[in-house]
Amino acid sequence: MNAIREIPCDRIVDTVRELFIRTNTDLGDDVLSAIRQAEQSEDTQLGKYALEKILENAKIAKDDSLPLCQDTGLAVLFVEVGQDVHVTGGDFNEAIQEGVRRAYREGFLRKSVCDPITRANTGDNTPAVIHTEIVPGNTMRIIAMPKGGGSENMSNSVMLLPSAGLEGIREHVVDMVKKAGPNPCPPTIVGVGIGGSIEKSALLAKKALARPVGEPNRSDPRLAGLERETLQEINALGIGPQGYGGRTTSLAVHVEMTPCHIASLPVTVNIQCHVARHGEAVI
Amino acid sequence: MEHTHTIHTPLTEDICEGLRAGDRILLSGSIITGRDTAHKRLAALLADGKELPVKLEGETIFYAAPTPARPGRVIGSIGPTTSYRMDAFAPLLMEAGIRGMIGKGKRNDAVRDAIVRCKAVYLGAMGGIAALMSACVKKAEVIAYADLGPEAIMRLEIEEFPLIVINDSKGGDLYEEAVSRRV
Repeated sequence: MNAIREIPCDRIVDTVRELFIRTNTDLGDDVLSAIRQAEQSEDTQLGKYALEKILENAKIAKDDSLPLCQDTGLAVLFVEVGQDVHVTGGDFNEAIQEGVRRAYREGFLRKSVCDPITRANTGDNTPAVIHTEIVPGNTMRIIAMPKGGGSENMSNSVMLLPSAGLEGIREHVVDMVKKAGPNPCPPTIVGVGIGGSIEKSALLAKKALARPVGEPNRSDPRLAGLERETLQEINALGIGPQGYGGRTTSLAVHVEMTPCHIASLPVTVNIQCHVARHGEAVI
Repeated sequence: MEHTHTIHTPLTEDICEGLRAGDRILLSGSIITGRDTAHKRLAALLADGKELPVKLEGETIFYAAPTPARPGRVIGSIGPTTSYRMDAFAPLLMEAGIRGMIGKGKRNDAVRDAIVRCKAVYLGAMGGIAALMSACVKKAEVIAYADLGPEAIMRLEIEEFPLIVINDSKGGDLYEEAVSRRV
């Protein structure tokens, strides 16, 4: 049994602020090494050219502390709160919103959040989308994922027939990537959530994107196989980097799964562009 | 490698007719920005026969909304948004004088037809290289719809913007050619 540990809201604000500024300017090593590898094996000149520019951009962004992409994203967070944590000095959710607000203002990030109907900008990139989970322990793990709109627009949730099986799921995912073509800024990472309810599948797909790029599903060998085969089929489509043609359409497919209702097979495909920003901190 | 052209705006009928899908471009000169809401507003004014806040004749429009500029910088990071959201308005804007469009992603048939009919061009900017492209912008100024914040219409002076011809005035389409090469 852990002793109750206090975490002040100020600490949450600072951590969230730092995470969103860092992830928006400093591309993770997982993504960089996947792109470097792709650049070596790409067989079209325009595809290679696009990958070279992507690597050049990552260097400039880091050296000059500039956002990697003008779309600095909707702020998505996964927060695992230890059940022995006591948040002090304010409101937990508001602390996260304040961290996002400060990151986007002080980090000169683009405010990309608006009213869905009037399209009026909220002005500070809030509200962030916060997924909180209560877990054992007395620490707080915060995963920050600025999520771009272009790749999000190429995502969807469907209810497949329960008889679809692994093959049906694979066909559906490949078809989504094919239809998206150049739109989501390939090379992409494809997050797939299988099972649960409709919203659970979407959450799993998003969470799959938080995994280090290319790390296979370690909990179920069937899913690791699905990831491998789906990626192979996607990269045979020929879409290539930026849709200019080539063998690098996706860098990875990440699948997460949970049991579902006997009548259903929910599947969400959540596409992530090559600027796959995610970072975490443990308080 | 396909041709690389060094081009200065304004784009003309002649320049556009010399470009082919897959050609690399280094574009310099003056362009404007505009995306979703700006397009909706411009199209509404055109439909009503009203005066526009910006002249479109011979212009090149970049579907972009940059990050805010840090003190001492001309502009923040800048890159293309996905173009299909402007498809409903693009033919009308080409009829009104727009000669070049810069964005990313597929266009619909109506836009591709209008590109051929108006002898225009659709240039692809790479998504996700906005820090690099920021360095190509030498001057930036909001010229209309300031209320739209990052989505305002700006005039940019650019130098050697790295672009690729996606849709040319002869009906060529790089995205389709790229995929058909594999089959």
